[in-house]
Amino acid sequence: MAIWVQEDSKLLIQGITGSQGRFHGEKMVEYGTNLVGGVTPGKGGRNIELAGNEFPVFNTMMEAINQTDADASVIYVPPPFAAAAIMEATDAFHQIKGEGVIVCITEGIPTLDMVKAVAYVNEREGIRLIGPNCPGIITPGDNGGCKIGIMPGHIHAKGRIGIVSKSGTLTYEAVAQTMSIGEGQSTCIGIGGDPVNGTGFIDCLSAFETDPQTVAVVMIGEIGGTAEEDASEWAADNMSKPIVGFVAGSTAPPGKRMGHAGAIISGGKGTAVEKFAAFEAAGIHIARDPSEIGAVLKVALEESGLL
Amino acid sequence: MNIHEYQGKELFRSAGVKVQEGVHCKSVEEALAAYDSLGSKVVAVKSQIHAGGRGKGNLYCPNSGDLLMEGGVKIAFSRDEVETYSENILGHILVTKQTGPAGKLVSNIYVEAGCEIAHEYYLALLVDREEKQVLIMASTEGGMDIEEVAEETPEAIHKIWVNPSTGLLDSQKEDLGISLDLSGAALEDFVDMIGCLYDLFVSNDCSMVEINPLVRTKSDEIVALDAKVGFDENASFRHKEWEDLRDYSEEEPTETRANEVGLSYVKLDGDIGCLVNGAGLAMATMDVIKLYGGEPANFLDIGGGADEAKVQEAFEIILEDPNVKGILVNIFGGIQRCDIVAKAVLAASEKMGLQVPLVIRLSGTMFEEGRAIIDSSDLDCTSVDTLAEGAEAIVGLIGGGK
Repeated sequence: MAIWVQEDSKLLIQGITGSQGRFHGEKMVEYGTNLVGGVTPGKGGRNIELAGNEFPVFNTMMEAINQTDADASVIYVPPPFAAAAIMEATDAFHQIKGEGVIVCITEGIPTLDMVKAVAYVNEREGIRLIGPNCPGIITPGDNGGCKIGIMPGHIHAKGRIGIVSKSGTLTYEAVAQTMSIGEGQSTCIGIGGDPVNGTGFIDCLSAFETDPQTVAVVMIGEIGGTAEEDASEWAADNMSKPIVGFVAGSTAPPGKRMGHAGAIISGGKGTAVEKFAAFEAAGIHIARDPSEIGAVLKVALEESGLL
Repeated sequence: MNIHEYQGKELFRSAGVKVQEGVHCKSVEEALAAYDSLGSKVVAVKSQIHAGGRGKGNLYCPNSGDLLMEGGVKIAFSRDEVETYSENILGHILVTKQTGPAGKLVSNIYVEAGCEIAHEYYLALLVDREEKQVLIMASTEGGMDIEEVAEETPEAIHKIWVNPSTGLLDSQKEDLGISLDLSGAALEDFVDMIGCLYDLFVSNDCSMVEINPLVRTKSDEIVALDAKVGFDENASFRHKEWEDLRDYSEEEPTETRANEVGLSYVKLDGDIGCLVNGAGLAMATMDVIKLYGGEPANFLDIGGGADEAKVQEAFEIILEDPNVKGILVNIFGGIQRCDIVAKAVLAASEKMGLQVPLVIRLSGTMFEEGRAIIDSSDLDCTSVDTLAEGAEAIVGLIGGGK
C-alpha cells in the first residue's frame, strides 16, 4: 500500500520548464514516476521532452489538473514565487478533486510566506503539503516506482520500512542502512529543514502505523524546535510498530544556524540531548551514529518478531 | 541576520513605536556632542553589539586583558560620566553571557535620553515553529532574563498567536494589554504600539523582535527602551535595504566568504575539518567524529549539485584554518556527483599543498568514478565506505581518539 503516493500516482511538475524542473523531471521519468505534465505560467500549450517522452505544459494548475486528473504536484519554483505556487496548487486540488499531495522542494522560502501558505493549506481539508526545503517523497515499486523530488532513485528498493527525516542526505544514509540488512522501504518522506513546514513527524508516524505494508519506521530528526519531542510523546501512546531514531546536531553550538533554516538551538531549546532523551523515554530504539541505523533496526525487528 | 539596537530603534521610530531620543556615536567626542544635543540631564550610554546581556557584561582592555568597567550599559548623570563611560566602552571588549569568553569589540555606542520609569515589561514577537504562526509574548517581569521567568514563573508570561488570515485582532491587542495590568491611557498607548510593532515585524520579514525592557513612564506612555531585531535571511531578496544595516564586523569573516559562494559554513573549536553534502549529514558527521573521540573544526555543507569550483573553494576554506590537523570528506551523492567532488579535492590539494591527513568517504551517485579518480592519483589519503569508518580513521590518523 505505502503512504500518500502510490506507484501509479499521477504527477505534475510546477516549474517544469526551469532548469531544476527539467533536470529532476528527467530523473523522475527515468525512475518510472507517472509524470503527466507540468505548469509554467505563460508557457502553456506547448510540449516538453523529458527522457524521450513528450509532456504537456499548462499555464495554471487548474487547467493542468482538469486535463490530466493528477494526484500530486512537485514544486521546483524559485523562493520568491514558491509560496504562491503552493497556494495555487492547494486551491486547484481542493476545488477539482478535494484532495492532493503537494511536494515543495524549494529551499530558501521566506518564513512568513510559509506561515501564510501553511495556514492556507490547513484551511483546506484533503490537501497535504510536504516540505518545503526537502528531498521529497518516494514509494519504491516493483518496476521503478513513484519518486517525487530530488533523491537518487537507484539506492531504493520496495520493502517494509517507512522512513521520515528532516534531512535529505541523512535520508539517503538511512535508506542505505536498511538495504545493508536486506530491507527495502515502503515510503520515504523528507519533511524538510525549515522552521515552518507542512507535513510533520506525527502525520508520517500516524500514516505508517495504519499502513499494512510498513512494519517499522526510521525517524531522523535534527536540532531546533520541538517536533521530535512532540512526535516521541505521540508515538509512546499511539505507535505499535517499532521506531528507530537518530538526531543530528549533538555537537552543534547554540545560537548558530547549521545549514537548514530551522536547525538552530535558541534560548537553550531544541538540543539533540533533549531529543534523544525524548526518544528514549518513548521507547524509540536509538542510533547514536547513522552508520548504526541498520544494526539497531535489525534488533528492533527481531524484538518485534519480524525477523 | 541581526542589527544593532540603534538601527532597530530607527525602525521602531519610523513604524510609530515610541522610543526615547538617541544618537548613534562612534567616538567619545560624538558621545559628548550627543549629550549636549539631547538636553537630558540623565542619559543611557549603551554598548552596541549583536548579543544580549550587555547590562550585566564586563568591559576589558583588548591588549592587557584588564577589567575596565562592570556593565556595558551605563546610566550617566553628568557630562563627565558620559565621557568616562564612552571611553571605557569604545574600542574595548565586552564579554556577556551570550558572547562567550572571547567577547566582542565595541565600536558603536548609543547615547539615549533617560525617562522616568513607572514599570518595566518584556515583549517579544517571533515565529512559533510548532503553531506555525507569529507569537507575541509579554510579561510584567521586564528587565529580567526571560528564560528565568519562563522557568520560575511561567504564569507571568502571556502569549497570543496571530492567525495570518485575519491578522492581529484589536481584541487580542487589548487582551494582551489587560493581562499586563494596563489601563487607561497606558492601555491605549500599548494597543497602538503593538499594532505598529506587528506591522513592522511582517513588513520587514523579521525573525524576532525583542524589547526588554518595554516601559510604562510616569506619564503613562509605553516606550521601547530596548530593541533587539533579527531578520529572516530567506527574505533578503526583497529587502535590499538590509545591506546598509549589515555590520560585517559582527560576523565571522570565513562564514561570510563561504556564504557568498553558496556554502554553508560554521567555524568550531576542534581540529578535524569536515566537507559534507547536506546539512543533516554535515551535522551527523561532526557528531560521529566526536563519538570517536575527535573534535570537529567546522560545519560545512556544500549543498546539492555543487560544481568543481565550489567544492574547491570549500576545501580551501578548510585548509586555511590553522587549527585543522586532519580532514574528513563525507559525501552521499544524490544530486551531488562524487566524481566532481573527487576532482575538486585533487585540484585544491595540489594548489594548496596538503599537509594534513585526509580521509574520503564517497557513496551514492557516481561513487565508483569518484573513487577511481582518487585511487589513480598521487593524493595521499584514506578511502573508506561508511561515515563511522571515516570518523574512526581520521581520529586515529591525527593521533586522537579514545
